[in-house]
Amino acid sequence: MATTTFERWGRELTIAGAIVLFLLPLIGIPGKTYLTLTIAGLAMGMLLFLVASGVSIIFGLMDVINFAHGALFAWGAYVGFSIFQRLMNWVEADSVFQNFAVFLIALVAAMMVVALLGIILEKVIIRRVYGFHLFQILITFGATVVLVELIRVLWGPNDEVMIVPLTFSRNWDILDIIVYRYRVICIVIGLIVYGVIQFVLKKTKLGTIVRAGVENRDMVQAMGHNIFLLFTGVFAAGAGLAALGGLAMSIFSRQVYPDMGSTYLLFAFIVVIIGGLGSVTGSLVGALIVGLSYNYVAYLVPWAAAGVNVLIMIIILLIRPTGLFPAGK
Amino acid sequence: MSEAILKVEGTHTFIGQHHILQGISFDAKADAVTVLIGRNGAGKSTALKTVIGLLPSSEGRIMFKGNEIQKKKPYEIARMGIGFVPEDMGIFANLTVEENMRVAMLVEDEATAQRLERTLDIFSDLGKFWKAQAGILSGGQKQMLAIARAIVNDTSLLLIDEPSKGLAPILVDALIEAINQIKEYSVVVLVEQNFYMASSVGDYFYILDDGMVVHGGLMEDLVNDEELKSKYLGISKAAE
Ligand SMILES: Nc1ncnc2c1ncn2[C@@H]1O[C@H](COP(=O)(O)OP(=O)(O)OP(=O)(O)O)[C@@H](O)[C@H]1O
Ligand SMILES: [Mg+2]
Repeated sequence: MATTTFERWGRELTIAGAIVLFLLPLIGIPGKTYLTLTIAGLAMGMLLFLVASGVSIIFGLMDVINFAHGALFAWGAYVGFSIFQRLMNWVEADSVFQNFAVFLIALVAAMMVVALLGIILEKVIIRRVYGFHLFQILITFGATVVLVELIRVLWGPNDEVMIVPLTFSRNWDILDIIVYRYRVICIVIGLIVYGVIQFVLKKTKLGTIVRAGVENRDMVQAMGHNIFLLFTGVFAAGAGLAALGGLAMSIFSRQVYPDMGSTYLLFAFIVVIIGGLGSVTGSLVGALIVGLSYNYVAYLVPWAAAGVNVLIMIIILLIRPTGLFPAGK
Repeated sequence: MSEAILKVEGTHTFIGQHHILQGISFDAKADAVTVLIGRNGAGKSTALKTVIGLLPSSEGRIMFKGNEIQKKKPYEIARMGIGFVPEDMGIFANLTVEENMRVAMLVEDEATAQRLERTLDIFSDLGKFWKAQAGILSGGQKQMLAIARAIVNDTSLLLIDEPSKGLAPILVDALIEAINQIKEYSVVVLVEQNFYMASSVGDYFYILDDGMVVHGGLMEDLVNDEELKSKYLGISKAAE
């Protein structure tokens, strides 16, 4: 086939191309600003990764397009919001320990509540429409409407300001470059989550079975593994990741609003399409590409920022229709 | 005569709107290899998938060791002790050979470790490619892996769908050798088009045609029945 040269050199060319593209904005951006934008882009990328990885794994294993992921994301943000409200004095305390403790409490609560919602969603609704993409889209869209409406009922219909643990809103001054602490925290959270997912998928038996299921569900079943239990578990984990993403994003943007999920879900889908459905590494790379290019372009050509990711997605789809890291199907 | 470990009784299977199995019945007797033969599209693969539960039957009974299994889920049936090697082998290409085997192992105890050793004795190539991605294996090696995955558990019945497909004659001989060894500890139901292989390992046969069993009996009788062979299997004396 005509693609052999590309295949042989594809890896090297891709890496070289990525480095060039990554450094290209330096032509138009002063060095210090470039560094600030890079950190912002990496942070945004990691936040998107948290949302996209759940979408990607759920699609990869279960072949389910889950439009309700955005609503689960919003629920995560709101549960965290409530915890912060309850424990206001910990949030506002001038104590790194208390700030982190309240963040962890909010995180665990958000992930548990939303994972539970995910389990209900999978068992009650999605289980009925395995294998039918159109119904999945309609039914998860319906679930989104219900979940968002519930947010309006429980927390009110208006935008709310997300109070942020004090230490998260500080910044470091490193050689005259202002580094927002929370951006670094986001990057660290993203890396940890990526590491944990990779560890579970690659090093544990359960993860190995999940990867096998991504390739061939029937075979995994015929080997004696209860694929439905696996589906529920993966769905719950994906929902938990959405909650983590929602909480982290609401701290980043300092607001929550009932419909916040749909905005980020769109980004998440772009990330997943760029990275390749079903691949966690693909989601990470795709998310970083989207985060970085969004920030560079927003600085250079502000009006083009929203469009650039769609453009990248189209280009990548033209070169590699299965995304950068296609998972074996 | 020995007891049948598997009894398929009047089973019907639909795929979508298509009525594929139209009331088939066959047995797998203990300590024997039963071969299902028949033209392309006769319903052989459908029969195995129905037994393991990947395709639901709409009518009829399937008994395994005296229990009805036709309403059970594939993973429940597999856990009762049935191993399945599908026609396309169902290898997890992105996983290593080792990982493929680990996914197959339902428990990782001493007994499984011994079965693994025994399995690697039969298929020594697998040991050589232990850490390699299963996707890079040759067709024959993939087939070995597929069978190895099925016999590493404590299975008492193995369903193997056309293992000789696409293999060179010398590998077919190796496969015959392997199945003769597996026969020592598991009952086998084999779908096989290669009559040389079918007659080398089979004790009993059933001929399927258009979703029905049209003949069954002892393999040694079929070997000598020129009329039956030419009618359903397209084998004539001249071609042998
Ligand atoms: N997914 C499907 N949808 C519709 N018809 C199907 C499907 N799968 C199989 N069939 C039909 O069912 C019939 C039996 O198929 P099956 O695969 O069981 O045959 P087989 O005996 O295994 O054939 P082969 O020797 O070619 O493997 C065939 O006529 C086939 O066209
Ligand atoms: Mg077949």
